Amino acid sequence: MIKSFLFHIGRYILLMRQVFKKPEKQSIYIRQIMVEIENLGLDSVGIVAFISTFMGAVLCIQMAFNIDTPLIPLYTIGFVTRQSVVLEFSPTIISLILAGKVGSRVASELGTMRVTEQIDAIEIIGINPATYLIFPKVIAAVLINPILIMMSMILAVFGGWLAGVLTGLVSSSVYVYGIKAFFESYDIFYAMVKTVVFAFLIVSISGYHGFYTKGGALEVGASSTKGVVHSSIAIIVFNLILTKLLLA
Amino acid sequence: MIEARNVSKAFGDHLVLNDLSVKFEPGKCNLIIGQSGSGKTVLMKCLVGLFEIDSGKVLYGDRVFSRMSFEEMKIIRQEIGMLFQGGALFDSMTVEENVMFPLSMFTNQTLPEKLDRANFCLSRVKLENANKLYPAEISGGMKKRVAIARAIAMNPKYLFCDEPNSGLDPLTANVIDKLISEITQEYNMTTVINTHDMNSVIEIGDRISYIHKGQLWWQGDKDSILKSDNPELNQFVFATELTRKLK
Repeated sequence: MIKSFLFHIGRYILLMRQVFKKPEKQSIYIRQIMVEIENLGLDSVGIVAFISTFMGAVLCIQMAFNIDTPLIPLYTIGFVTRQSVVLEFSPTIISLILAGKVGSRVASELGTMRVTEQIDAIEIIGINPATYLIFPKVIAAVLINPILIMMSMILAVFGGWLAGVLTGLVSSSVYVYGIKAFFESYDIFYAMVKTVVFAFLIVSISGYHGFYTKGGALEVGASSTKGVVHSSIAIIVFNLILTKLLLA
Repeated sequence: MIEARNVSKAFGDHLVLNDLSVKFEPGKCNLIIGQSGSGKTVLMKCLVGLFEIDSGKVLYGDRVFSRMSFEEMKIIRQEIGMLFQGGALFDSMTVEENVMFPLSMFTNQTLPEKLDRANFCLSRVKLENANKLYPAEISGGMKKRVAIARAIAMNPKYLFCDEPNSGLDPLTANVIDKLISEITQEYNMTTVINTHDMNSVIEIGDRISYIHKGQLWWQGDKDSILKSDNPELNQFVFATELTRKLK
């Protein structure tokens, strides 16, 4: 098992070296990045918005439910909702959701291209397939995911406000005071660093599994599953490492 | 000329190509035939650099292809066109975009110039009015023709075809065979074709190499193949009742 793990780590590093080689024709790659921003980012706006709004609402209600002493001020609801959203919920949980959506897409797309010899065709034409196929996806995810996460933060805080005010748990002014209280811009920096690292992990790990698919339809499915599972594990592990490095 | 010199290739303990040497001549359709598992596809993938050989050499003229880095290989690969078994067309691109793809990557042609070239290649394979269709919207025979058009878009010196008429009806298979033969002569290309199909052998086999157990077992032309006394080759050539009766 350790041998297999080291084999995959080694092959992943070698693939990443290929991915970041100088592209053949930059204009083509810029167009590819735009296409991938649409495929990987804009297509995820709906699901991110939906989940963020509802999770923000749930966070607010749970927080209000847990404040059972008058010693804790009510603006804590807004404050804790914001902190949970900014520090953990948006960068980590939304990244995990994107690992499912984007990771499976990347792995199955590349896996299908591999088993139908499209990757071989790219190589025969004289193009580095790793750069052509994975590099634009990585760059697109690294560029668009921070925007998605920022959007998620705003919508989650808004969802909390909506739930708090509509259910009468907290007044609008108290909630807004809470979300402004003790604000540290470093928290946003921390969240963005995590987001960029997670975006890279999602696309590169899923891309790795898709790129080295062997066999047919069943193996494409297996690669897709591995891509999602392994990128999710990597997110959890790197979440701990980055938190220790940036917050401790 | 393309040459494989003392090429060996193994996958784990399984030796697929065993010290194989073979030459493919320019301006001719060089057919590689052999039973399933004989090493034909592995040989072709070694020739184009998709598989790294364990020992020996692959030469394009006097250039040692098998010892080149990826960057050096790129130069030769721009002289190579390849037709894959399933066509290997890019699903996300239209027929026209598939043919223009190598031009977009390696030339500075304007869009009208690329379109002109794509239209010329598509008309050469007798495929007009399909420019805007996606691979999923065209038949197997049409896919092969688009793949040929893409393969010749860059005016290659070398054309490789892996089972070009697999999965096609005999009539369409014959059309594809003739097309490959015509293009080979027209552009004086070195064409290497992997096939099981004895019809192709008889139709376009200028030079035939029979691979058996990872070695070159027999080499000749389409006339001599029917007269050969090589038992393994005869077993392959006259495998069907029809060919035995014809003999």
